[in-house]
Amino acid sequence: MTPFNERIIEALETPELRSNLRGAMDFLRSKRSLSIEDYALWQQHQDIATDVRHALPQQLPELLEQLEQSCTRNGIEVHWAADASDARKIFLQIAQATNATRVIKGKSMASEEIELNTHLEQHGIESTESDMGEFIVQLANEKPSHIIMPALHKNQEQIAELFNQKLNEKADASDVDQLIGIGRKVLREKFKQADIGVSGVNFAAAKSGTLCLVENEGNGRLSTSVPNCHIAIMGIDKVIPDLSSLPSLLYLLTRSATGQEITSYVNLISGPRKPDELDGPKSVHLIILDNGRSSIASDPALAATLACIRCGACMNHCPVYTKIGGHAYGTTYPGPIGQVISPQLDGGEEHNELLNACSLNGACGEACPVNIELPDMIRELRNQRSAAQPNHTGEKMVWHAWRAIHQSPRLYQLTSLMMRIPGLSSLLFPRRWTKGRTSPTPANNTLHALIKAKTNHDNRDPQHEHK
Amino acid sequence: MKRVYLFGTCLIDNYYPEAGLDAIELLSLAGFESVFPQSQTCCGQPPYNSGYATQSAAVAMQTVDTFLYAEYPLIVPSASCAGMIKNHYPVLLRDHPEYEKKAIALASKTFELVDFIVDKLPYHQLTSNTPVTAALHQSCSALRETGSAKSWIKLIGHMPHVTLNLPCYAEECCGFGGTFSIKSPEVSLAMTKDKYEHLVATKSQTVISGDCGCLINLKGYAKKNGLAFPHQHIASFAKQQFDEANS
Repeated sequence: MTPFNERIIEALETPELRSNLRGAMDFLRSKRSLSIEDYALWQQHQDIATDVRHALPQQLPELLEQLEQSCTRNGIEVHWAADASDARKIFLQIAQATNATRVIKGKSMASEEIELNTHLEQHGIESTESDMGEFIVQLANEKPSHIIMPALHKNQEQIAELFNQKLNEKADASDVDQLIGIGRKVLREKFKQADIGVSGVNFAAAKSGTLCLVENEGNGRLSTSVPNCHIAIMGIDKVIPDLSSLPSLLYLLTRSATGQEITSYVNLISGPRKPDELDGPKSVHLIILDNGRSSIASDPALAATLACIRCGACMNHCPVYTKIGGHAYGTTYPGPIGQVISPQLDGGEEHNELLNACSLNGACGEACPVNIELPDMIRELRNQRSAAQPNHTGEKMVWHAWRAIHQSPRLYQLTSLMMRIPGLSSLLFPRRWTKGRTSPTPANNTLHALIKAKTNHDNRDPQHEHK
Repeated sequence: MKRVYLFGTCLIDNYYPEAGLDAIELLSLAGFESVFPQSQTCCGQPPYNSGYATQSAAVAMQTVDTFLYAEYPLIVPSASCAGMIKNHYPVLLRDHPEYEKKAIALASKTFELVDFIVDKLPYHQLTSNTPVTAALHQSCSALRETGSAKSWIKLIGHMPHVTLNLPCYAEECCGFGGTFSIKSPEVSLAMTKDKYEHLVATKSQTVISGDCGCLINLKGYAKKNGLAFPHQHIASFAKQQFDEANS
């Protein structure tokens, strides 16, 4: 049994997790569908966003160059990180140059990808997550289980218990406002003390050098404006040509992610505090992370991976994610997009086995607001994986034999006859299937045989007549 | 009568042959004579979805040759296999210059059974049938590959004596997914259990669907757990309604 399978079983055997997940998914799915009131308008935005995002892989070098120039012009210092270790080094250098000891973080999946918190802790820098979900997850020593709702695997009772244990509070599980109030009280102090604020980037406009950040708690705005230094981290795939497509992208992103028409906060960050301004960070850094993305861009069959706007709709609609939750995947990005991107990121080969946990039911592809054909990409990654296997591999040999049988009508019909020898049909179904399901019994006669016997159907087949 | 090709599919061929015969009867009621080439085997979907495109392509070419011999429309009593031919053959065979055009030609004349006959059946015969309740399992392929789920609902909608029930989470996968159910058996089974329970909760006399993969999966789960699972392929269910009307 692989570690992934063990994690799946563990998740399936945790009833509380199962019900938390089902509840959260029901909520997110219904909010999303309620937010799509005008389907024609939705499609208009979808067309614009799909065009922009799918053109991206081809335009990446030019757009990134332009982004660097515009950001530099705006006073944002741009740093290029080839991989996660590069990004960590760059971050630490900036922190050490300013003698920073405390960091406050807005939500950022790129920072999860480079495991920033662990790295900062190892170098004596305190890093506090300020998104309430991320704060809860950090307090519990866990990782986010969802890219939008990091703590959706927990219910109110579990959160109250965590606050009582770790923060020495008297939290009331039935009072959400009180629970959030407890977290905010802690965070308010952390904002004041922080030397550096960290954020992710939802979209970076190359033409104007603008970083767009959406959020609902105001923690993103505080993280990027209170501390003296703001460090934003983005994957190279977050770049867009200019701000003209932003309304469409946000229209789809907020509705798909949380069913909101717009998030409470939409931040457009275009540089550090100017001489005549009263607040804002004195310096802004942008770390642009590759970590395998440029090689994804060069594979035509998989380049659309980079079109993703990280709304999470694919996981919210995935029946596998709904059953096992994000932690079981063991990756930064869970669910369908995680199954597609994780094996392709630097050092991601070990995540190839995630590809097995998909029934190709198509719900993710249907939900994707920017038309990424996730099922086709999972199939393509399966193809690439099997192409790399030696010919004598068990599964490859099975499919070789399968081909030989099904390519030949005679062999196929002979096999059908053999399946009817008592005891033989069940051999077709491996133990991994029959453990939970009885293998089906073949009918007494095949359709081939019944038709042959019933009428002289053969005579109607022109191919047969010909012979 | 106009002729059509019938692709029985390997699952119907081996496990639900009566559904194939019933499809032929329904096609006949709709005014078509079925031609069943004995050289047909499988559409090639199992290795295709498992990541063995080369093996799949070889079998797909055999299917293309079988059903392009004459110009008859190709009728498939499975949304899954119809979707494979309609949506995936042109992609699967695009690197085989000889077959790419053939694949596109076959795709354009391929129809899921109910999509093809839903507007052509003599529903007026069904005036005094016994009322019956049926839960419909819309397969993922019928929902998201061919769109045939709409025709399935429409077909039953034309039968006034049938009460059609959709289970909650009607659009969620039953957990089969071909080799998915072997490679990720635990999560697959959890999905199957949910689907089975949602179908049973509709308290219908029978479960109907147009995809035998899902039915074999659900039946296998029920049988293993000593549970009942009365079910029928939608072709058999429909044919039975017409039989009753004419008996």
